[in-house]
Amino acid sequence: MGHDTHSAHGHDHGHDDHGSGHGTMSQLMIGFALAAILTIVPFGLVMGEVEMSRTTLIGIIMAFAAVQIIVHLVFFLHLNTSSEEGSTFMATVLAVIILFIVLAGSLWVMHNMNTNMMPMHDMEQQLEQMKSLQSQQG
Amino acid sequence: MADGYVQPAETFSPIFGRLTLDWIPYHEPILIATFAGVALGGLVVLALMTYFKLWVPLWRDWVTTVDHKKIGIMYMVLGFIMLIRGFADALMMRAQQAMAAGGAEGYLPPHHFDQVFTAHGVIMIFFVAMVFITGIMNYVMPMQIGARDVAFPFLNNFSFWMTVSGALLVNISLFVGEFARVGWLAFPPLSGASYSTGPGMDYYLWALQIAGVGTTLSGINMIATVLKMRAPGMKLMDMPIFTWTTLITNVLIVVAFPVLTATLSLLTLDRYFDFRFFTNDFGGNAMMYINLIWIWGHPEVYILIIPCFGVFSEIVSTFSGKPIFGYKTMVWATACIMVLSFVVWLHHFFTMGSGANVNTFFGITTMIIAVPTGVKIFNWLFTMYKGRVRLEVPMLWTIGFLITFTIGGMTGVLLAVPPVDFQLHNTLFLIAHFHNVIIGGVVFAVYAAVSYWWPKAFGFRMNDTWGRRSFWFWFTGFYVAFMPLYALGLMGVTRRTATYPDAGWQPYFIVAAFGAVLILLGIVSTFINFYVSIRDRKQLACGTDPWDARTLEWATQSPPAPYNFPFDLQITGREAFWTMKQQGFTWPTTGYKPIHMPKGTAFGVLIAGLALVFGFAMVWYIWWLAILAFVGMIGLGIFHTFNYKRDYYIPAEEVSATEAKGAAA
Repeated sequence: MGHDTHSAHGHDHGHDDHGSGHGTMSQLMIGFALAAILTIVPFGLVMGEVEMSRTTLIGIIMAFAAVQIIVHLVFFLHLNTSSEEGSTFMATVLAVIILFIVLAGSLWVMHNMNTNMMPMHDMEQQLEQMKSLQSQQG
Repeated sequence: MADGYVQPAETFSPIFGRLTLDWIPYHEPILIATFAGVALGGLVVLALMTYFKLWVPLWRDWVTTVDHKKIGIMYMVLGFIMLIRGFADALMMRAQQAMAAGGAEGYLPPHHFDQVFTAHGVIMIFFVAMVFITGIMNYVMPMQIGARDVAFPFLNNFSFWMTVSGALLVNISLFVGEFARVGWLAFPPLSGASYSTGPGMDYYLWALQIAGVGTTLSGINMIATVLKMRAPGMKLMDMPIFTWTTLITNVLIVVAFPVLTATLSLLTLDRYFDFRFFTNDFGGNAMMYINLIWIWGHPEVYILIIPCFGVFSEIVSTFSGKPIFGYKTMVWATACIMVLSFVVWLHHFFTMGSGANVNTFFGITTMIIAVPTGVKIFNWLFTMYKGRVRLEVPMLWTIGFLITFTIGGMTGVLLAVPPVDFQLHNTLFLIAHFHNVIIGGVVFAVYAAVSYWWPKAFGFRMNDTWGRRSFWFWFTGFYVAFMPLYALGLMGVTRRTATYPDAGWQPYFIVAAFGAVLILLGIVSTFINFYVSIRDRKQLACGTDPWDARTLEWATQSPPAPYNFPFDLQITGREAFWTMKQQGFTWPTTGYKPIHMPKGTAFGVLIAGLALVFGFAMVWYIWWLAILAFVGMIGLGIFHTFNYKRDYYIPAEEVSATEAKGAAA
């Protein structure tokens, strides 16, 4: 019976020739530039107090965040459908499902709580209203 | 504060940051006694190590090792040490609550009591349960798939030392400064800058962040190992159940831990740079923290329990002398739990004010997740059905688990009903529930795993009598300690109460404290067992296969040679070792080739040591030291990439000699 000296220690020795899974410098730089742009734009929109409705603003930020994640996966983690017998693709599918659960779930939960729990400034308005109602009645 | 505790004044010096002598708690007798004990014990250990000239072997064979088996054992040692620390906290709480009834103050001032329950939770989850399961996975999984080591051996060493650094940071907080007083998940605004002044909360943040690096990296490492390093011919559906659960739990780690890292980073920004993510004012929203931390937190409890399911699967199958019942349903049930564990998080805060529709959704998903878990329970029962069940110690723990975990699961489903949860939220009923599943599940699994794989790791069994004593103390102790808490919870007693007015509750607390003492006896029995077993190792020596096991790790020598398997086995189906035994397989004693191995390295412990310095400096605002340590970490990391001497060969003669010795034993 033969043995394969390579199977047991994987990649952890320095003179290993790194295979197709690793990106080139230009790929990394493109990824870095994209990541920077995708961060600066939403940040600028908030800090610059650009005129637009709150819902649009939140929508844009969420969209940029989602694209940001894809950029990280593709350019830094070198995700594509062909490599590693499709297991990276499976991993992506799982990641997208989890991402959807976390983002959509958080928005749903937090929106619900904001409506039900009345954040401070709403509560003050509400108290004002109640006071004026009371004074009308009483 | 009510107890007259005054926090040292907030000062800042460029050299020592905000660290002053006032932060050394020399006025607290409990801490001074503890410190004296630790210091004395430490000195004795240091002296003995020097006397027996153990420093060089310790450094060469353990600290710098990249061998997954030794790293696994070191994780277990760390787990047991931290278990003592965490359990001491538990005893202190039980003693306090047994005394502090009807106006009595007890012996712990509130600010101390609050640190104790925070430390207990943090330590037990992050530095006991996580450490134990990582250790078991590290030790067993590579051998179950016929591999020589994990995919990234250096990373494994580094992950371990990062975990140690986190644990050390928590322990340093005992003697330098204070720990957080916020509960184990540190909800803001209490944990924010306005309400948690002082270094306690920062110890919490940096300890978890540093240990979290280790956990995430080890998760990546183990996924790569399972996917890429299986012996030739071993398909995914041929893997032992424990390897399956290892894979799935590490996927959960890799998916969930970044959420924790991000959440704690946001809180760090709040505390250090006056950001407003989770504050009450300026648009901050503390509820978002609770939402995020539980998106990590619920998968986390499954991260802890899923490998334990794997442990019990191996043990039930071995000691019933049968293949596991419903292998495929076992795998699919675990996979279902993996996905479902991400859609139940809101059940931790039903009472925070979501509407009926949200609460109903999460209530139902919580009940659904009990179904795959129930499938597993039945699979274990059916594995035992008509099997030749041998009631050895690992099997005792397994049966104890089946009973205890089922009860814990049922109280969990009770809590999943939102209206019921409104009654029981944050009461001792909840505390009893999660201890019921964590002790009944994780702790029992760790004990089962230690007694089951101990002969593998060391070549001799553990003492049977002390093993049984340990089990019965833990088992009865658990029920005596936590059943009263269910009752108290139903009476409405909230968690984390240092004192309470109703003297009618006191008898329950006294019974619970007695239960904690029984558990203490269980822990003491364990340590006696370690001592007795090592002392009597000659009589307890056993062959490589003491339990008539079925999976591949038992095909190696006990203790396994550094390379585990002298050559790659060709795997043709499930229960590879059982098949090998049927075919009368023996390892040849000649004809080997040199084996390529990874070399040990000191970079893991050095970088992690700098991480500890960095964490300490950040806690105390010693900016210059933090910058130095951080630059040092990055520098060492880069320097390590230029280290090309990472491998060596074990000569063929040495392999043959080792194998010949193994065959003779």
